[in-house]
Amino acid sequence: MSADISKAADAVKVAPVAPEVVHSDGGMDYLVTRQTRFVTVYLPLMVFTFVLLFPFYWMTITTFKANDSLYDYEKHSPFWVTNPTLANVKKLLFDTAYPDWLWNTMLVAVSSTFIALLCSVMAAYAIERLRFKGSKWVGLSIYGAYLVPPSILFIPLATMVFKLGLFDSRWALILTYPTFLIPFCTWLLMGYFRSIPYELEECALIDGATRLQILWKIVLPLAVPGLISAGIFAFTLSWNEFIYALTFVSSSEVKTVPVGVITELVDGDVYHWGSLMAGALFGSVPVAILYSFFVEYYVAGMTGAVKE
Amino acid sequence: MHAAVKEIEIPRATGLSLLARLNNNTMALGILFMLPAAIILLLFLTYPLGLGVWLGLTDTKIGRGGEFIGLENYRSLFNDSVFWLSVRTTIFYTAVASFFKFFLGLWLAVLLNQNIRFKSFMRAILLLPWIVPTTLSAIAFWWIYDSQFSIISWALVKMGLIDKYIDFLGDGWNARFSVIAANVWRGIPFVAISLLAGLQTISPSLYEAATIDGATPWQRFRFITYPLLTPIIAIVMTFSVLFTFTDFQLIYVITRGGPVNYTHLMATLSFQRAIPGGQLAEGAAIAFAMVPFLVGAILVSFFGLQRRKWQQGGKD
Repeated sequence: MSADISKAADAVKVAPVAPEVVHSDGGMDYLVTRQTRFVTVYLPLMVFTFVLLFPFYWMTITTFKANDSLYDYEKHSPFWVTNPTLANVKKLLFDTAYPDWLWNTMLVAVSSTFIALLCSVMAAYAIERLRFKGSKWVGLSIYGAYLVPPSILFIPLATMVFKLGLFDSRWALILTYPTFLIPFCTWLLMGYFRSIPYELEECALIDGATRLQILWKIVLPLAVPGLISAGIFAFTLSWNEFIYALTFVSSSEVKTVPVGVITELVDGDVYHWGSLMAGALFGSVPVAILYSFFVEYYVAGMTGAVKE
Repeated sequence: MHAAVKEIEIPRATGLSLLARLNNNTMALGILFMLPAAIILLLFLTYPLGLGVWLGLTDTKIGRGGEFIGLENYRSLFNDSVFWLSVRTTIFYTAVASFFKFFLGLWLAVLLNQNIRFKSFMRAILLLPWIVPTTLSAIAFWWIYDSQFSIISWALVKMGLIDKYIDFLGDGWNARFSVIAANVWRGIPFVAISLLAGLQTISPSLYEAATIDGATPWQRFRFITYPLLTPIIAIVMTFSVLFTFTDFQLIYVITRGGPVNYTHLMATLSFQRAIPGGQLAEGAAIAFAMVPFLVGAILVSFFGLQRRKWQQGGKD
């Protein structure tokens, strides 16, 4: 009995303390000790971070290793660059067509992103706001188009590209990349357009604005975050594209970075790991930089597309 | 006065310019706005989809148009042990990789949903594997899996866990698990960040109520997090399964289907037969054979969406 009372008293004593701790906005985290938290949260997070980032670290240090230290783990610690060299980078930039590939990738990614955004903005506006007859079905079929993987399209597309005389030209890529960009961007932008109040448009309609004016002067300025998300996403998707570029292009001067690195830097049985890693690193850096500026938009685009 | 107003109004009403009439006709305007997207998608997506089916029914080779031969390609594939090996490998690859991506991705999402420091920074850098071109990170894996200079083997030998280097890509099963590991590595961030977005919508008060009622952390996960997360899990996993099943890049870069076809997925086999092999029709048939599996995955997504409606208070 007395034990019960003291327990109750404890409870009463504890109660007023709790809210103060809650203010540190950790929810009910104050119930967990620091040690448990280290083992259950920080330790696994550290392992995840290490595993997810290690390949990049490995890529980077291999780029700057000289050949003798690259293959000798006994004399030189493999985890650090003992005598950094730019030989691999120099070889990549001056002895291969790498600068051309970078330029091609940039050109193709920018053009196809631009085409895709233009088409998607108009399509998304039509589906979401003009609500013409059957717009719901068009929206669903756009979603369906998003689910068609390039791996089942590349063979028929290759025969088409050949017949159209586009084989081995940048146009083959610029025109085919929008097939996977438009469905994604349209779907993403539809979500953004939906969040813009319809009243704004009605006002403009009453004031005599045309639909194109409404789209250009009212909807688009309000959908800028969505446009950035879609643009960044489309750019990264086209930068990363591989199977179309591998199939539709064969001469060195029109190759993109992923294809060029795989098909031309790998020659015979001797792999030049240093310059291969340099090629991988310099192909990854542009997207990584772009991404670092727009992380929030990127995450919003990714989660938005999944949630819608 | 009235008459004057009428006189001004009538010409306006009947004399609408073509542009103004178009502006009020949502049907015509809708078609006009859809036109650019529709042309590209119909020409480069719908048409090739049909063309692919047709190609699979012909005997087309590179540089030579084919003739209709019915189901001959499928019949020969049916008796092709390499094709069946690739089907089994694809299913195994998809199942194992998706399982680990889901499990580890969910774990990472739950960890990131805790009240930790540098949360947005962590989220940003953990997404890197997903945004960097797959082919390029695959090259890094190729180097990590090198038979002589693998850093993993080296580290394990130094730690005294193994005594000779692992032949990652030379042995069939080792190669399969190596490419699966690379695929999981690349897919975890996508699953984790998408699920994190779902986790952030769950009200903390539910957890507080459960904690006060004496629920253990596992019970809180099982009875609050998991049910509220199922709709988003369904969609994320459908995408993940879809992209894993049709994966091409990782395999092409790391193993090219070897050793002895052990890691050939349906997509890589289809490329192998169609482009370097020149058998376009056979490649198209293999690619089309993936469709039934993909439709299955999409149906799962559809039912996932249905449940979502029900959870939002709509009808089933």
